[in-house]
Amino acid sequence: MAVTRAKDGGPGFFTTRFEALLAWGRRFSIWPFTFATACCGIEVMGAFGTHYDIARFGAEVIRFSPRQADMLLVAGTINYKMAPVLQRIHDQMLEPKWVVAMGACASSGGFYNNYTVVQGIDKFLPVDIYIPGCPPIPEQIIDSIVLIQKMIDTGAPRARDRWPIKI
Amino acid sequence: MAEERNSIVLQKLTGRFGSDVVATHSDFGDDTALVRRERIVEICTFLRDDPDLRFDFAMDLTGVDYLGEEPRFEVVYHLYSLEKKHRVRVKARVPEEDPVIDSVIPVWVGMDWFEREAYDMYGILFRGHPNLKRILLYEQFEGYPLRKDYPKARRQPTVGPQE
Repeated sequence: MAVTRAKDGGPGFFTTRFEALLAWGRRFSIWPFTFATACCGIEVMGAFGTHYDIARFGAEVIRFSPRQADMLLVAGTINYKMAPVLQRIHDQMLEPKWVVAMGACASSGGFYNNYTVVQGIDKFLPVDIYIPGCPPIPEQIIDSIVLIQKMIDTGAPRARDRWPIKI
Repeated sequence: MAEERNSIVLQKLTGRFGSDVVATHSDFGDDTALVRRERIVEICTFLRDDPDLRFDFAMDLTGVDYLGEEPRFEVVYHLYSLEKKHRVRVKARVPEEDPVIDSVIPVWVGMDWFEREAYDMYGILFRGHPNLKRILLYEQFEGYPLRKDYPKARRQPTVGPQE
């Protein structure tokens, strides 16, 4: 029995590099793990909600297990007692993974310059993207995902590859 | 005259414990008694059990650091009576070289975590406390951060994941 094709447009293949194919698959399936400890978490909820709809960028599956996530979104103040917990969550994530420090507190400690707040999670984690703001607006979270997509596309080195930073 | 201004709470307290109540005042309606630390459990038991006082609700316990004064530290108890609807603030001074005061957990069991917090932040030791360890900070933390001589810019080492 003959198979009838609706279209017959020449050869059914195209050429690419394997890395490019892999990156194409990865860039639209960045699954975030949210580590929300402060008011930044509210903005994260706004970004994930219907209004801003982060699903448009392929990041709609919020994984609350680090083992299924690609992107660690640290939204909020991290203190010294919390740091080992965050470190362990980061260790549990599978490669490749990206870390986003959202807001002033996660990036630099914010205005909590005191005995208990870590002055930026880059003290113990390789951070790929810093989002400024207190708290940042949801567009900036979307922008961080777009930036990670660009990193995947161009094969730019991750923060992990040049970790720890020597100053 | 001062005695007349004092409320029934302070009158009964000074009448019962005499010179162990070092000072009292009722400024702005806040009854306050400074007592000697050696008798704090006795005083608290009396405040709880006396039929006219009935302080059955221990609202708060904090420490204060009066750096440069002697004795240096102070433990402050805020008490409230749900039955009589009155309050009192009991304070006891604790010296720096021997920062020990008796635990009032036998009187109000809810003082457990407040005493741990005062220990955590000021290093005040509560004799008889069943589980006197840090409550807000982590165990590897060195020093007592709410003491006035704790360096503002001092940073503790970051601890890694623990088993």
